[in-house]
Amino acid sequence: MGRTKRAANRGPVSTPLTLADLRSGQRCVLDRLDVPEDTARRLMELGFLPGNEVIPARRAPGGGARVFRVDGSEVALRNDTAKHIHVRRDPESDLVVLP
Amino acid sequence: MSSCHRDSVESNLLPNPSIAPPRAAHDRPIIVAIVGPPNSGKSTLFNRLTGLRQKVANFPGVTVEHRMGKAKLKDQHEVFLVDLPGVYSLHPRAEDEQVTHDVLKGERPDFPKPDAVILILDATNLGRHLVLAAPILSLGLPILILLNMADDLAARGGKVDVSALAAELNCPVTLISATKGIGIESIQQFLLGTAVRLNAPPPRIELPVLQDVPKCRQWAAKLGIRASYKAPAPPLWTRRLDAIFLHPVAGPLIFLTIVIAVFQSIFSWAQPIMNGVQHFILGSGLWMKSVLPDTPWRSLLIDGVWSGVGSVVVFLPQILLLFLFIGILEDSGYLARAALIADRTMAKIGLQGKSFIPLLSAYACAVPAIMATRVIENKRDRTATIMIAPLMTCSARLPVYTLVIAAFVPNIPVLGHFLSLPAATMLSLYVLGFLAAITIARVLRSTVLRSGRSSFMLEMPPYRWPTWQSLALRLIDRARVFLRRAGTVIFSVAVVLWVLAHLPIHNGKTPPIEHSYAGMVGKTIEPAIKPLGFNWKIGIGLITSLAAREVIVGTLGTIYGIEGDEPSEGLQQAVHHDLSPAGAVALLIFFAFAMQCFSTLAVVKRETGGWKWPIFQFSYMLALAYCGSWVAFHLTNYFLG
Repeated sequence: MGRTKRAANRGPVSTPLTLADLRSGQRCVLDRLDVPEDTARRLMELGFLPGNEVIPARRAPGGGARVFRVDGSEVALRNDTAKHIHVRRDPESDLVVLP
Repeated sequence: MSSCHRDSVESNLLPNPSIAPPRAAHDRPIIVAIVGPPNSGKSTLFNRLTGLRQKVANFPGVTVEHRMGKAKLKDQHEVFLVDLPGVYSLHPRAEDEQVTHDVLKGERPDFPKPDAVILILDATNLGRHLVLAAPILSLGLPILILLNMADDLAARGGKVDVSALAAELNCPVTLISATKGIGIESIQQFLLGTAVRLNAPPPRIELPVLQDVPKCRQWAAKLGIRASYKAPAPPLWTRRLDAIFLHPVAGPLIFLTIVIAVFQSIFSWAQPIMNGVQHFILGSGLWMKSVLPDTPWRSLLIDGVWSGVGSVVVFLPQILLLFLFIGILEDSGYLARAALIADRTMAKIGLQGKSFIPLLSAYACAVPAIMATRVIENKRDRTATIMIAPLMTCSARLPVYTLVIAAFVPNIPVLGHFLSLPAATMLSLYVLGFLAAITIARVLRSTVLRSGRSSFMLEMPPYRWPTWQSLALRLIDRARVFLRRAGTVIFSVAVVLWVLAHLPIHNGKTPPIEHSYAGMVGKTIEPAIKPLGFNWKIGIGLITSLAAREVIVGTLGTIYGIEGDEPSEGLQQAVHHDLSPAGAVALLIFFAFAMQCFSTLAVVKRETGGWKWPIFQFSYMLALAYCGSWVAFHLTNYFLG
């Protein structure tokens, strides 16, 4: 884990980072959807488009799923979907304070 | 497939209505489709425009429901509005999108192509919602674009230049608030224009390739910039409320409290109203008896129809109360949070959070619950949810449970004042149904409905106040469906049963019930149900309750009524006389598991597109019911000595 973090700090592109790896409020930019086509299309319609900013927000009580802020709305995804969504850290900003 | 650049639209264009010769308005009904993404306020707008002049309908052959309604306009003009399913795109992938696509393209043989389209988008989320404008504009129909939730947009500091957007899209665009009724006049004007065939399709504009979601989104973003769209600040109240409702500790506690409170109130609040209805039915039955001459017709009317239908109508208050709660939870936005909280637990039994909503509704009635499974995109998740939904204790089981429990279970406290033995029995039947449901779900998901990764994606809408209008419309709609069923299915069963119980006529006299046709049927199946502790009278009830569970109460009422006992309390004593305690337990278990409901089977057939699943469902539930009550009968006998 420590290695991943250091690498992530060094540059935005080089590390394989997914939505499931992020802390709450950690801004990131969506890179690639590694899911079946149907799921990918649905995700894109919900705003998970490559290049869009995503902010992980609240986890579901008990875990398992999480709410993400993306493209003006909030969408809940399970962790096993989130871990197939590759992201890169937003180089300009880091943690956002979540209201 | 059409890549909808300007040329491909040509073939789909209607003859331009403004150049067509003016025809009488009643020539053919004018149809205007309302389209929009989920959570855009489509239904609220539809309700506002049509009021009570609407009904829910199904497209034949598919599971997708739509609502039709009439909007009355100036000068006796009227148009039909059709509320199509909420979609993010017209890419025909899910069934509801296919239907929306086909209707709008005029490709459904059973539905005329709409004369115009109203596209409703959420103004607070315009960037994403504008994507849908591309496929809708490519249809080449007269169009009005509504940016809903104008009040919300303004309150949260957002802005949009409507005339710039209209200029970009070449069609009328209006800011409205469907809940507050702002901007409705411009919609009526558009409808009036369509009614007199004045509205022309907008001149075509350059559109992105519709299959390419990122391209469409870029197009929408560019439009937003040109219309100087300023997205509103995040909904602060929603975030504050989510901090409570999705709190790791408080969240699940509130969730449980809400679920328990809903059940508690259905039982305790509905009871006085139900007693009132019951008194009315009994009283009016007695009154009719006193004023009508003593003929077989009087018996048919009072013993057959009135007591049969009446025993079912009693449950209307309870069902409406449950739908009121579900309506409030849904309209306020809490249900999406509940689904999120439930997802982890539902995942353990092989389902997902979206199954929670239908399963909760199934406590009222499996029919709307099965229709509500449409929110689940994954076909196997959806089928599994449909298969277990009727095991949830629906309100039709209540009259049966109430009757048997009142007749057999003494009213003694179990937990001081909190729980009496009858209430505990009732509660354990609810738990039993629930446990059976999750067991079956697990079994199905690891056998016939096995599938790999299932996904759960759910948009969390901002919290909103539910409107009285929308809640009232829901309830009226439910009441209509329920009373129609009482007036048709249950009425027919009552009449047929009464006739069978009075034939064959011997020497001008009706036979005693055991020698009637109904009695003969009961006696025929008696050997099969004797091992469960049921006699032929219960047997008749089991057969009639195939139509609907609650019918058995009316049936027993009819049978004992014919035997000469007084109804109501007499029914409890009569049941007590006919069943052993072990038989009573077996009967409760039978009703907990068996699939006795034509309406549910019909809706399962419709939703799964064939007879395979309803037949499977009926069989497994009957097997479960038979084995369960056999075990229950013998266990009870063993323990009671």
